[in-house]
Amino acid sequence: MSTNAPPSFSNATVGKKILMAITGFLIIGFVIVHLVGNLQIFIGQHQLNVYAETLQNMGALKWAFRIALLVFFLVHIWKGIVLWLENRSARPVSYTKETNQESTLASRTMIYTGALIVFFVAYHISHFTLLDCHPEYQSLPLVDGRFDVYSMIILGFSEPLIAALYIIFVGLVAFHISHAFSSLFQTLGLTKPELLKRLRLFGALLAWLIFLAYASIPVAVLAKIITLPGGGH
Amino acid sequence: MKLDPKIPSGPLAEKWDSHKFNMKLVNPANKRKYKAIVVGSGLAGGSAAATLAELGYQVSCFCYQDSPRRAHSIAAQGGINAAKNYQNDGDSVYRLFYDTIKGGDFRSREANTYRLAQVSTNIIDQCVAQGVPFAREYGGLLANRSFGGAQVSRTFYARGQTGQQLLLGAYSALTRQIGIGAVKMFPRTEMLDLVVVDGRARGIVVRDMISGEISSHAADAVILATGGYGNVFYLSTNATGCNVTATYRAHKKGAFFANPCYTQIHPTCIPQSGDYQSKLTLMSESLRNDGRIWVPKKKGDDRPPHQIPEDERDYYLERKYPSFGNLAPRDISSRSAKEACDDGRGVGPTKVGVYLDFSDAINRLGKDVIADRYGNLFDMYERITGENPYETPMRIYPASHYTMGGLWVDYNLESTVPGLFVLGEANFSDHGANRLGASALMQGLADGYFVIPYTIGNFYARSGNSDVTTDHPEFKKAEAEVTERTKKFLSIGGKRTPDSFHRELGKIMWEYCGMARNEAGLKKALEQIPKLREDFWSDLKILGSGEELNQMLEQAGRVADFLEFAEMMCYDALDRDESCGAHFREEHQTKEGEAKRNDDNYAYVAAWEHTGVGSKPNLHKEPLVFENVEFATRSYK
Amino acid sequence: MNLTLHVWRQKNANDKGKMETYQAKDISDHMSFLEMLDVVNEQLADKDIDPIAFDHDCREGICGMCSLVVNGTPHGPERGTTVCQLHMRHFKDGDTIYIEPWRARAFPVQRDLIVDRSAFDRIMAAGGFVSVNTGGTPDANALPIPKKDADTAMDAAACIGCGACVAACKNASAMLFVSAKVSQFAYLPQGQAERKARVSNMLAQMQKEGFGNCTNFYECEAACPKEISVKFIAKMNREFMRAKVLKD
Repeated sequence: MSTNAPPSFSNATVGKKILMAITGFLIIGFVIVHLVGNLQIFIGQHQLNVYAETLQNMGALKWAFRIALLVFFLVHIWKGIVLWLENRSARPVSYTKETNQESTLASRTMIYTGALIVFFVAYHISHFTLLDCHPEYQSLPLVDGRFDVYSMIILGFSEPLIAALYIIFVGLVAFHISHAFSSLFQTLGLTKPELLKRLRLFGALLAWLIFLAYASIPVAVLAKIITLPGGGH
Repeated sequence: MKLDPKIPSGPLAEKWDSHKFNMKLVNPANKRKYKAIVVGSGLAGGSAAATLAELGYQVSCFCYQDSPRRAHSIAAQGGINAAKNYQNDGDSVYRLFYDTIKGGDFRSREANTYRLAQVSTNIIDQCVAQGVPFAREYGGLLANRSFGGAQVSRTFYARGQTGQQLLLGAYSALTRQIGIGAVKMFPRTEMLDLVVVDGRARGIVVRDMISGEISSHAADAVILATGGYGNVFYLSTNATGCNVTATYRAHKKGAFFANPCYTQIHPTCIPQSGDYQSKLTLMSESLRNDGRIWVPKKKGDDRPPHQIPEDERDYYLERKYPSFGNLAPRDISSRSAKEACDDGRGVGPTKVGVYLDFSDAINRLGKDVIADRYGNLFDMYERITGENPYETPMRIYPASHYTMGGLWVDYNLESTVPGLFVLGEANFSDHGANRLGASALMQGLADGYFVIPYTIGNFYARSGNSDVTTDHPEFKKAEAEVTERTKKFLSIGGKRTPDSFHRELGKIMWEYCGMARNEAGLKKALEQIPKLREDFWSDLKILGSGEELNQMLEQAGRVADFLEFAEMMCYDALDRDESCGAHFREEHQTKEGEAKRNDDNYAYVAAWEHTGVGSKPNLHKEPLVFENVEFATRSYK
Repeated sequence: MNLTLHVWRQKNANDKGKMETYQAKDISDHMSFLEMLDVVNEQLADKDIDPIAFDHDCREGICGMCSLVVNGTPHGPERGTTVCQLHMRHFKDGDTIYIEPWRARAFPVQRDLIVDRSAFDRIMAAGGFVSVNTGGTPDANALPIPKKDADTAMDAAACIGCGACVAACKNASAMLFVSAKVSQFAYLPQGQAERKARVSNMLAQMQKEGFGNCTNFYECEAACPKEISVKFIAKMNREFMRAKVLKD
């Protein structure tokens, strides 16, 4: 037996992976819940604004949720970076000729899609949550006494560049998830190869679904399928 | 010198037990004072090194591979025999003993063989406890099969990888001892000489195959478990690295070499496809259960097999041995293939091969049944030859597979050099003139797990340890000789690579000392080998230096030893003027082409003493006494 | 056929090493890949060029010694085949072939295409065994093992320890190798006593040797000459969690 004590759970090679899988799973859950919320935009201004207000009024629960989410993200990012650094150093000399047999592009680019997602998430929060980028959103008139999230989103996506940026963003998220989804089952110990194969397919499907559903909002705005209540900008 | 096999007295079944009682023991507290060197990490060496370390001895283990897990025991496919009688079909220790003696054509020692059968049952227990995943029945108990024509099902197996699983079991035991520091492991280290001080084996000289450094290791006993010498034929089913160097160097230092002419030929190997061929691959003999062996009746018939009509085919085994047919024993089947090819009726591009045809079986049983039985083997055949055996008959030819001969050892597995023990295929002891299928694994593990741990204790207790270290002049002398030899290889500056000499030697040996031998051929070989050896020492080309990883240099050393060893093998084959088991002298056969033994004159172990390179070794005879079994002649008609 | 070979040449562990180009002439379809290299080596020796050093032994796909990355794939393009059993009929006249050693920090190159895989032995020494001494074991049939478990254990035990999984993994991780041994014992009753310590210790040693982490590329399974399934990695992950949850 080796003389040194094995590393702690969170530093062990599989421990790190398990943390990635669990936090990743929770984040995917958030991505889906968030999507369900967003899609209410298609029901109408009132529905979305009521939903937003309900969330805002949850008080302590809201903060607990935000902090938990932040922790998930931080753990996921931190362990992701550690894994990436260790993996890079495990092969100091690379092959002259590289061939991929089984790995997907998504799996090989997780660190890059992940990094871009972090950047976009920061922009997204400052865009729609803190309203740093567009202080003018704060002066949107209240509708039925509620902050008009509906109009804010439409205003935001009416700028083609921002809409395009968001489409790329959700594309990256979906691409990241296309590997992540089945991968987390493998990491958490699914020992049925046939089921894993189906989950890999389902992961790809889920990724497409997430991409299309999220992207449908800026696309709908640009295509003027959903418009400001006044009919103009 | 009189050979004393040190067989304990008393009834056969009690010899080992009474011997165990009579042997001296080493006090547990004193065991750590004794050092053992184990050369080789296969089934015999690996199991011995692990077990001796468990007992408390200080063990150093050496192997030429990069890891002890790669020794060639790993390639054994079929299985391992044990007299468990789990199948309730009439097996017993005595029956396994008797089958082994009879299979060896009455040329092995009764007492050793009986002990082998006795401890065979412990081996299976040990391996299962280590986590070896043997095949099992639905009820969860171990599965057995009948192997190599045995009348009882006593063979345990793990798919077609029994050797691998048993070796990994021994390796795991060894690696556990390495982990706790009880065994010091030296991989990629080749033994190049044995060191004998005052008539007792005291250590070895080795070369670090990465750095080229020559160094010595001293111990209170040296154990060789370095496998067989099948590569003397160049082409064999052995690994390319298998060699005779360790045992032959020990032979040159005084250990007698017994029965080198007993070499087993396996009938179902994939034939050579060209001169570049580096090894031959064995196909399980089970194929003969459903395949029919044939060659064209006409000499030089070049038609593809399906164009040769039924009445122009010669199903020669069915013709010559109607009752056994295609299942005729290994040696008979092998020789018949050679006869057909020598007669100009061989098939395939090189004309050295015979067909093994499954078309009748496929027509009778359907392709699915055949695929179920032999699917893996058919895939392997197709991978190597590029031909689909479901459509085209397989081509097979015999190849050298196992060597029953080896360093002479007594009942304690000690050679004629005190303190030098020899285990597994490297010794000569248990298989006589031929080995039963699934018995090689059994013997390797019996020697390593259950014999040497007892007998070496007795040796230590009786001879004590000493303070001989590697500073002793004998070590310095041996090191200097090894270094000198290396320098000599590098300084010849000729034109031919060691490989080309090895191939040429292989051809001579296969032609004249292979499946069938005769006096004229052996004498011819004895003329050709010294000439080839001279060429070797004057026209060898080695690139690079001795102070680096140099595969050409490694090979040169091994070929040099084969070139000397081969001569002794021919002398032995010439001296044994009878046919027995796998040794077939064409002068001695029955009308039906069966081996004809001469028990009156040749019921002995031929142990050869080295007398110098190029001079005929001295023959010492250990008479074989059979107190329990009677000579019998086999018949396969 | 004639081929152009790009081969990694490196004098020793300290040498920097580089790719060299050689022509392989008159190569027969029936040669194995290693026999092709034997022929090239004879041709090089004729020209007083040091032969290409490469590991090989049994040449029948079971010892795990051979270790060449052929055109970016460990053991070459044929699935479930070691490079010693890969035959030249899978190549065409005029092909260019890249031949490189296993690449991993834990497998330093010793010469040309030969690497040091002793890290695997050390991982095994950290727990790849059942702690039983010779003798005193119960009768082999004392403990029935369901056939399914024995078969699954055998699927895992088929590993030949060649290291192709590490060579193929983009992270140079040894998870498939470690998981094969951990799983073999996890499925057998004999492995239960040390089950928790085994998985922790073997994984810890793997990490200490400098292998990477698994990120589920599944390249290892594709490269494995014995086609060992990544389900054993999942199994090991489970074993790891089990070991952490069930404290002693």
